Amino acid sequence: MTNISSRKTGLIPAMVLALSIVAAAGPALAQSAVAEGQKLAFDRSKGNCLTCHAIKGGEYPGTLGPELVDIKSKYPNRDELVAIVYDETKRNPLTVMPPFGRNRILTDKEISAVVDFLQTL
Amino acid sequence: MKLQTKITLALVAFGLVMLAFAAPAVFAADKVDPVADAKAFKKFFYDKFPKLKPEDFVNGPYSMDADLYKQWQEKEQFPPYEFSLEMGKEMFSKPFKNGKTYGDCFPNKGIGIRQDYPYFDEKEGKVITLELALNRCREANGEPAFSYVRDEMAALTAYMAFTSRGKPFDIKIPNDPRALEAYEKGKEYFYTRRGQLNFSCATCHVQSPGEKVRTEVLAPALGIVNAMPIYRSEWSGMGTTSRRFTTCNSQIRGVPLTPQDDEYRNVEYYLSYVSNGLPISGPGARP
Repeated sequence: MTNISSRKTGLIPAMVLALSIVAAAGPALAQSAVAEGQKLAFDRSKGNCLTCHAIKGGEYPGTLGPELVDIKSKYPNRDELVAIVYDETKRNPLTVMPPFGRNRILTDKEISAVVDFLQTL
Repeated sequence: MKLQTKITLALVAFGLVMLAFAAPAVFAADKVDPVADAKAFKKFFYDKFPKLKPEDFVNGPYSMDADLYKQWQEKEQFPPYEFSLEMGKEMFSKPFKNGKTYGDCFPNKGIGIRQDYPYFDEKEGKVITLELALNRCREANGEPAFSYVRDEMAALTAYMAFTSRGKPFDIKIPNDPRALEAYEKGKEYFYTRRGQLNFSCATCHVQSPGEKVRTEVLAPALGIVNAMPIYRSEWSGMGTTSRRFTTCNSQIRGVPLTPQDDEYRNVEYYLSYVSNGLPISGPGARP
């Protein structure tokens, strides 16, 4: 019994420690995806969102698309946002927006990072 | 509920746009009607930019943006295409080795005729652009052809445009089914999406003129060829119509055709025809 309880007591701090590492790593990972997403969104050879959309923190934005602001309240469903970046022509055949996923301008992972970034706007 | 209203609104708006864009195209498939096309094309731009006069469209983005217009006025004091124009004038008057000149290849010695190009050649059954006619002239006189995208061709066409400034575009479609077909093919090319970015010519120059891509203001398709060739600050040099078409295709991450490919000739034919009546303004200067 004593053995078990001592093992238990030893386990709990270990679990707490483990959990706190996960908890700390979570935002850190998300943070790096957001940073990566922003980089892609501003990069002319990649997402290049800035060419058509005004985005907080971006210089010389274009005006073809709407300003990217309040994204989380406009698109509470993350999947919808992914779908728009992947291929907006599905919803709106006349859109100017390039189909970043369908035409492989960005990988799925890159789209995910861009969406992470968009959700912070 | 709110989202649903938005979706409904979007669908209604989309439906209207489809009607505006798709319906004429569907009818056009039954019968090609360039006269009606050109009328609808002009009306679209006049309605979109009610403050502009028709002749303003030949000045591209400068007519769409007050700041740019001011810059342009200042720039026109010492036009950046002047060097090219001088070079073109000199080239044009200098005889070939056989003693003949460019003027000998063209009606009215090549002066004041820019507005008649491209034309449809019924013997050949194809569209002949000014750039093509210039190189054919060279070859017929034993001279090697110039690159369609480089300074010599830009200089020659700059001079020929300059002597035609103010003359309204006067592109004719002869009563020949092949001419109508060339026109229709050019129109189809113009509205077809291509490249990794999935853009057609119309995506930028019909749907989005006056809008900015980064700092650049997109030019309206109406009158866009009237200003060719152009000095572009972005290129730090002159560009022919061929250069403009091929670089557009590269910018949308597509594969450019060979300059003066039949398809480019057709698209220039279409684009020039729908700008009929608007004055030649080339050579132009663009940011």
